[in-house]
Amino acid sequence: MTDWIEIGTLEDIPRLGSRVVRTTQGDIAVFRTAEDEVFALNDSCPHKGGPLSQGIVHGKRVTCPLHNWVLELSDGTAVAPDQGHTACFPVKVEDGIVRLSLQRQHT
Amino acid sequence: MKEKLVLIGNGMAGVRTLEELLKIAPDKYDITVFGAEPYGNYNRILLSPVLAGEKTIDQIMLNDKQWYVDNGITLHCGKEKEVVQIDRRKRKVIASDGTTAEYDFLLLATGSNPFIVPVPGNDLPGVVTFRDIHDVDLMLEASKQHQHAVVIGGGLLGLEAANGLMLQGMSVTVVHIQDTLMERQLDKAAGALLRKSLEERGMHFYMPAQTTAIIGEDRVRGVRFKDGSELYADLVVMAVGIRPNIELAKKSGIHCERGIVANDTLQTFDPRVYAVGECVQHRGQAYGLVAPLFEQAKVCANHLAHLGYARYQGSMTSTKLKVTGIDLFSAGDFTGDETTEEIVIKDAARGMYKKIVLKDNRIHGAVMYGDTVDGAWYFQLMRDGTDISAFRDHLMFGESHLGDAGHGGQNKAASMSDSMEVCGCNGVCKGTIVKAVTEKGLFTLDEVRTHTKASSSCGSCTGLVEQIMSSVLGGGYSAAPKEKPVCKCTDHTHDEVRKVIRQQHLLSIPDVMRYLEWRTPNGCHSCRPALNYYLLCAWPAEYKDDAQSRFINERVHANIQKDGTYSVVPRMWGGVTTPDELRTIADVADKYKIPTVKVTGGQRIDLLGVKKEDLPGVWRDLNKGGMVSGHAYAKGLRTVKTCVGKEWCRFGTQDSTAMGIELEKRTWGSWMPHKFKMAVSGCPRNCAEATIKDFGIVAVESGWELHVGGNGGVKVRATDLLCKVTTDAEVEEYCYAFIQLYREEAHYLDRTAPWIERVGLEYVKQRIVEDAEGRKALRERFVESQKYAQVDPWEERASHDVERHEFVPLKLVG
Ligand SMILES: Cc1cc2nc3c(=O)[nH]c(=O)nc-3n(C[C@H](O)[C@H](O)[C@H](O)COP(=O)(O)OP(=O)(O)OC[C@H]3O[C@@H](n4cnc5c(N)ncnc54)[C@H](O)[C@@H]3O)c2cc1C
Ligand code: SF4
Ligand code: FES
Repeated sequence: MTDWIEIGTLEDIPRLGSRVVRTTQGDIAVFRTAEDEVFALNDSCPHKGGPLSQGIVHGKRVTCPLHNWVLELSDGTAVAPDQGHTACFPVKVEDGIVRLSLQRQHT
Repeated sequence: MKEKLVLIGNGMAGVRTLEELLKIAPDKYDITVFGAEPYGNYNRILLSPVLAGEKTIDQIMLNDKQWYVDNGITLHCGKEKEVVQIDRRKRKVIASDGTTAEYDFLLLATGSNPFIVPVPGNDLPGVVTFRDIHDVDLMLEASKQHQHAVVIGGGLLGLEAANGLMLQGMSVTVVHIQDTLMERQLDKAAGALLRKSLEERGMHFYMPAQTTAIIGEDRVRGVRFKDGSELYADLVVMAVGIRPNIELAKKSGIHCERGIVANDTLQTFDPRVYAVGECVQHRGQAYGLVAPLFEQAKVCANHLAHLGYARYQGSMTSTKLKVTGIDLFSAGDFTGDETTEEIVIKDAARGMYKKIVLKDNRIHGAVMYGDTVDGAWYFQLMRDGTDISAFRDHLMFGESHLGDAGHGGQNKAASMSDSMEVCGCNGVCKGTIVKAVTEKGLFTLDEVRTHTKASSSCGSCTGLVEQIMSSVLGGGYSAAPKEKPVCKCTDHTHDEVRKVIRQQHLLSIPDVMRYLEWRTPNGCHSCRPALNYYLLCAWPAEYKDDAQSRFINERVHANIQKDGTYSVVPRMWGGVTTPDELRTIADVADKYKIPTVKVTGGQRIDLLGVKKEDLPGVWRDLNKGGMVSGHAYAKGLRTVKTCVGKEWCRFGTQDSTAMGIELEKRTWGSWMPHKFKMAVSGCPRNCAEATIKDFGIVAVESGWELHVGGNGGVKVRATDLLCKVTTDAEVEEYCYAFIQLYREEAHYLDRTAPWIERVGLEYVKQRIVEDAEGRKALRERFVESQKYAQVDPWEERASHDVERHEFVPLKLVG
């Protein structure tokens, strides 16, 4: 069973932007794409821990603000030729309400 | 149903076209490839290192057979798959074993054939050409059983073959019809130096000499010349030139001259048939180096994808010889005529020779021998048509003498060891680059950047990376084109985008992307900030800034640091402060436990290590003390540095401090292509270091000297003198006009220094100094846009909760 935590509304997250959810296991960045899809990644870049929540979102990807690694929002993997992976969390949006699960997704 | 594309010729240009096509239109075609060689696609350039025993065949594969499978491409390869007929009416090609394929579009990339000297005996066993893997195999085989090789042809290919055979243990004589080696690339002086150093390595020369016969019964035994003399040989390599391979095209009724005639879209006279590579003749020119062929490939792919906006307009090429330890570079027209000038340096004892041919203050051609560090730089200057008059004195001494801070071109790429660091920012050493270039088959600077990160941060090592590439690839690396596309999301250049924004009155990023058919749904981290800036600059009143298209620093109006905290710099007009301001800063530092307080290079105070959520509080308190954002994070005006000037200094001739404060008050807040710094010095002693600023002002007895295009960053550049003016009002007018010209015409992320080097100081002078009307109009546009720009972002956020969401977490869990 997945424990869904209500974290806010879709409108709380800017389009092509992100917000941070602060948890006991560290910050989670919740992103919203231009098409209103929502994704959640551990807010730490696999390169040198840059805060991904502060990056520029494009397509279904985010560019880390520190050294421009690009990560897939859907599963947290770095776009080649960079290699690495950051944890990714399930999120869903129903009636404009965003819910997050703290169970890391295994990919 | 997908359309069908057939490629004839599985070589470098043809497959490159497919790669480009798969990038932009992966699902458009069912693709079939015919290749007369029994391999996947390999890097022909690197056959020379294979012959020399420095590489193996496996190491030079660009795309193995699995690549074709992975991309759904049908590959027919081997001698029996050579296409022997094109039925253009039925749109069908037929190979010699009867295999057929139908096409909607056909791509010819049949390369060229080695020219065989028409003399008796040229078909004897032991006579080979140097073109493909098969030839290399034959030569390697012969080198194991025989001793004496004669290479006919003292050009690039001949010398590389001779060098390879020598390294395989053969005794080699090069026969050349001219008295200068590589006469198409080198002048007499450089050719002589080359000959000398090859002789020192044990190569023999027989020149000038015209071959009249190859002698031998069942196998080659020697070569005979016009004067009756003979040379013994048990292997003869013909490397006297190549001819575009046009037999098939000609037979099918496609118009050919010397090569298959193709237009700027790489279409032949049959619109369904395209052609790229060495088989092509474009604007009367056929190319025998890969860099131009790759440019053709890109354009051709664009048209095969039916995008239809790219054009090929011909290429300039440069040459390097791939013989380890020999540095030679040539580009353009190095002979010159009565309209050109020459600068020559020759130091025969050191084996060094350098000649540059200039025409109208622009580089027209260059030949270098022995010291080719600056080859890539000269080539770039030549391609860009850069006006060199400003640094003509230093031209011959190379780029490093222009004031590179040290990690630029001083190291010689070729003499560097593999473990030496090339890119200081990303810690990439030479070996990594060489390995990536050869094993991953990279040809452009961009590709090297993506794969190794070298040269992808500050860019100061770009020249060195290019040298390494050209030393590995010979002339085969594609120097970055002059007009670069904005990023990988589009093929349009910065200038094109700016023009369209103005002409079509586009007012949002999505509008621009739609209009110009961007390839990605909402761009990337490179193009979005650029478009945001271009729109802002074009429509200061109408455009609505897009926060999500700004880099984090500008979005939150503070500098992000390596640990994710921020740094805050309040504005301190002209570098002058008061005890109250200092107290405010001290109180803020205490209250928010700011770990580091530091004076910056631009005479401001930096508060480092502020937590993001504390930013609004820090700003509010600084605002209360009367301070506003110093924009230390902005691609915009940062600081105006000043000295104490006439008011205090015993040398001061003008009030530089007041001038600095005034200028800062008028220009702060304006967004620019990159950061912009000014300084005002009260006399020519120049204590404010105005001559390394984007706009520098130096007071003199009679008024002010205005300097532009300085940079103290990655690559130190002293300013150029723009002009002298007498009144304060003139200083302002010229300053605003200059800023506005830079804002309107530079590419995003160009600082003033590279921008001026690109467009030339003359151009800037003409627009700002000579054209009084134009200057006033630029000034007006600057003043107009400042009406909307001078808003303190800190105040908006601290007091009016603008973008509050940026600074508070969405939710706390647990
Ligand atoms: C030894 C050597 C060293 C070189 N060094 C450099 C260098 O340092 N720098 C540089 O820029 N360039 C260099 N070049 C030149 C460069 O390799 C060529 O410019 C480039 O390979 C040409 O590409 P292409 O696709 O036009 O022709 P190719 O790569 O020759 O490809 C043509 C292919 O088409 C096939 N083909 C022809 N007709 C048919 C048919 N009817 N049916 C099926 N297949 C057919 C051929 O077998 C061949 O495989 C070098 C070349 C050689 C040989
Ligand atoms: S630049 Fe001249 S006026 Fe200014 S401080 Fe130095 S010496 Fe004095
Ligand atoms: S920390 Fe993310 S790219 Fe370096």
